[in-house]
Amino acid sequence: MTPPSAGTAGRVTLGELYRGFFTAGARGFGGAMPWARRMLVEERHWLTPREFTDVLGLCNFLPGPNIVNVSIVVGARFGGPRGAVVAFLGLLTLPFAVVLTLAALYSRYGQVPGIDAALRGVGAAAGGLVFATGIKMAEGLPRTALAVSFLLLAFVAIGLLRWPLIPVLFTLAPLSVLAAWLRRA
Amino acid sequence: MSPLGTIAIRFMLLSLVAVGGVQSILPEVHRVVVEVHHWVTDVEFTQMFVIARAAPGPNMLLVTLIGWHVAGLPGALVATAAVCAPSCALSYFAAGVWQRFRGAPWRRAVEAGLAPITVGLVLATGWLVMGGAPGGWVAYAITGLTAAVVLLTRVNPVWLFVIAGGLGLLGLV
Repeated sequence: MTPPSAGTAGRVTLGELYRGFFTAGARGFGGAMPWARRMLVEERHWLTPREFTDVLGLCNFLPGPNIVNVSIVVGARFGGPRGAVVAFLGLLTLPFAVVLTLAALYSRYGQVPGIDAALRGVGAAAGGLVFATGIKMAEGLPRTALAVSFLLLAFVAIGLLRWPLIPVLFTLAPLSVLAAWLRRA
Repeated sequence: MSPLGTIAIRFMLLSLVAVGGVQSILPEVHRVVVEVHHWVTDVEFTQMFVIARAAPGPNMLLVTLIGWHVAGLPGALVATAAVCAPSCALSYFAAGVWQRFRGAPWRRAVEAGLAPITVGLVLATGWLVMGGAPGGWVAYAITGLTAAVVLLTRVNPVWLFVIAGGLGLLGLV
């Protein structure tokens, strides 16, 4: 597969793919998505901001955790089937080890002192990180009434009204795509 | 059938309907592992969910823990592979199609249409994560400071996570 065009590294080795996604997974307390964007767009410049939004948009519609799908799509783009496998393994190696270690500690001691307390702090930071990442992504959107409307509809339906994701996604997306299609110049 | 085989088949089937991640199939995972197969109890299921959320990475690791509980390390590996393989194969295929139609008018329309919704979902996720955090001015300050640092500086927010975790550990959050 051809690497993406503007503003990106021409070649990414399998080792780099593994290490890149390893850092995204390793830091991903409260969700790995913002860390993956930071790694892909800001630190390693493998994707432009627009390309990242595009890839994430695609991955939201595919089954499975969207961040796992991002690792597959980006890995495939730079390294074909082997790239996809390597990026996937990089993302999950450390979380896999950590979750089993935590489970072993819990089953042995019934609780892990400090974990709950530490996570209260981390949870507060994670919310700020995800929200700020959303604002950064919004800055790259075209400033049309249409785009702003659909952004707000998605935010209100999921964030404020807490409607279930799948019906919201599969209602808003066709409407938004249809609107974009009709407006194309 | 061996427990490993059952785990593999059950989770592979669930993988393909998990649009939105493991959250969207949580009730079905619960039904299968607690009510149908009695692999874990209700209490264990809840505890595993909490542990999976405490680890970095996707909440899908809940499935890893269920596999581990049933059949040790082989169970953990099989369950994780089973819940990932079908959706990953589909993603791989979709990535190829998506790349092939780069620049096609219909793809540009899909891209333009999905982008605002994608960003709306990220903002909604941030909102929900903030809502799930403990209240109190220390938590609000951590949230606001993290957002400000991410938006206004190039400082790696991982340090804020370390400090926030430390404040939590000291019982200040």
